[in-house]
Amino acid sequence: MSQTITIEVLRYRPETDAEPFFQTYTVPHLEDGVVLDALNYVKDHIDPTLSYRWSCHMAVCGSCGMMINGEPKLSCHAFLRDYGGRVIRVEPLDHFPIERDLVIVMESFIDKLSSVKPYVIPKAEKPIEQGEYLQTPLQLMAFKQYTQCINCLLCYAACPQIALNDDFVGPAALALAHRYNLDSRDGGKGERADVVASNQGIWECTFVGACSEVCPKHVDPAAAIQQTKISASLDWFKARLLPGAN
Amino acid sequence: MSRRPYVRKVERSWWLAHPRYVAYMVREITSLFIVLYCALLVVGLVRLAQGPAAWEGFVAAVSSPVNVVFQLGCLAFATYHSVTWFAVTPKAMPLVLKGERVPSKTIVAAHYVAWAAVSLVVLVAVGN
Amino acid sequence: MTASNKPLLWVPFAAGGLVAALIVPVLILITGVLVPLGLVHGPHDRMAAFAHNPVGKLILFAVVALPAWHGAHRLRMTAQDLGFGGIVIKGACYGSAAVIIATAAVALLAV
Repeated sequence: MSQTITIEVLRYRPETDAEPFFQTYTVPHLEDGVVLDALNYVKDHIDPTLSYRWSCHMAVCGSCGMMINGEPKLSCHAFLRDYGGRVIRVEPLDHFPIERDLVIVMESFIDKLSSVKPYVIPKAEKPIEQGEYLQTPLQLMAFKQYTQCINCLLCYAACPQIALNDDFVGPAALALAHRYNLDSRDGGKGERADVVASNQGIWECTFVGACSEVCPKHVDPAAAIQQTKISASLDWFKARLLPGAN
Repeated sequence: MSRRPYVRKVERSWWLAHPRYVAYMVREITSLFIVLYCALLVVGLVRLAQGPAAWEGFVAAVSSPVNVVFQLGCLAFATYHSVTWFAVTPKAMPLVLKGERVPSKTIVAAHYVAWAAVSLVVLVAVGN
Repeated sequence: MTASNKPLLWVPFAAGGLVAALIVPVLILITGVLVPLGLVHGPHDRMAAFAHNPVGKLILFAVVALPAWHGAHRLRMTAQDLGFGGIVIKGACYGSAAVIIATAAVALLAV
């Protein structure tokens, strides 16, 4: 294995650059190192101006999402040894505006996330005196995988419909809505439908499935969306064929 | 410091950039051949309604070399549609039986069984 | 934003996808291989008898109409993916499906 690794990083400094450009760095190869380690080496020893987000370095915080050789990955989860000593190309996550270097503007996602009302909307008022909600393992199993999202945005970077339509609510937000719709304590599906079942919600999805392929937490947002299509369709027909039924 | 976010352009050829998206496009284009074959079937229905002579004409047309090649192409794409459709069905319909999630493989296998059964029924019905 | 009326398009699309997946390949096998090879032949009177039966009519209609709708909707979404999303494309896709479905209905009622 070569002693050094070459990485090609997309730079963009709004105050000086008209357009993004690639800058190449050579870093020592670390046996069990990840791309994030290479970036940290660059920042610590070669070029302190390089900007990027990171935090936990263990694939739970969702901060360090980037395009690595064209694939959306967590840079702390992309092992240098897997790139066969070849040049590694690092770019900011696709489909988001570039703030600076590898940092993207994610405000649109934050808005989409809040728009789906990602909190338990109780079926009925339940005063404290009535005690806690009880949930069986089976009830938990129904929605548990959809709780695992770390908001890393790899799914948005992978989704062609996000690329083609900025307003698409997107995989992570819709998966989170599904998490609450499936929660036995929740009665908010109808309230969420205005966004979730809108034209910019589930109906923009064409089940490419790339979101679920790149998700580091195996949330499977594609599954969440297809299940929501069925559920929303049933609700649509129920509302028109059985008005008054809940 | 002022912000000046840079928006990267999406090319019309976006799907060529990665094998995953090429595969998606191939999967979607199966729909073209399904529509074309339905058009062929509807011509058959019309000929059926027009009487025995028209029907025999349809049977002959369907057997022409050009039509056979076209239909073999449709068959390839239709089969690919079936395979990809069954593969993703478990995602849309999670099943829980006796407190356990039914494995995706089982759901997919059940669809293949249904596919074989339906095909057999049709073949037997037509063959008699 | 409000909940969309897309379910009206999507439910027949989903049904058509399943029907297409289960039945279309064997049909193509019959019309594209077995009939040309002379291994199968549907005489007009037997086919017409089947199509005359109301259940037979329904089956034939479902087998043609649902996959046609499925394909048309999917083609429209794919055209959109390729950057062609205007009213002309929508008209062409759903229009073709409408023609196929209407013709099937008329033909089956006439048998």
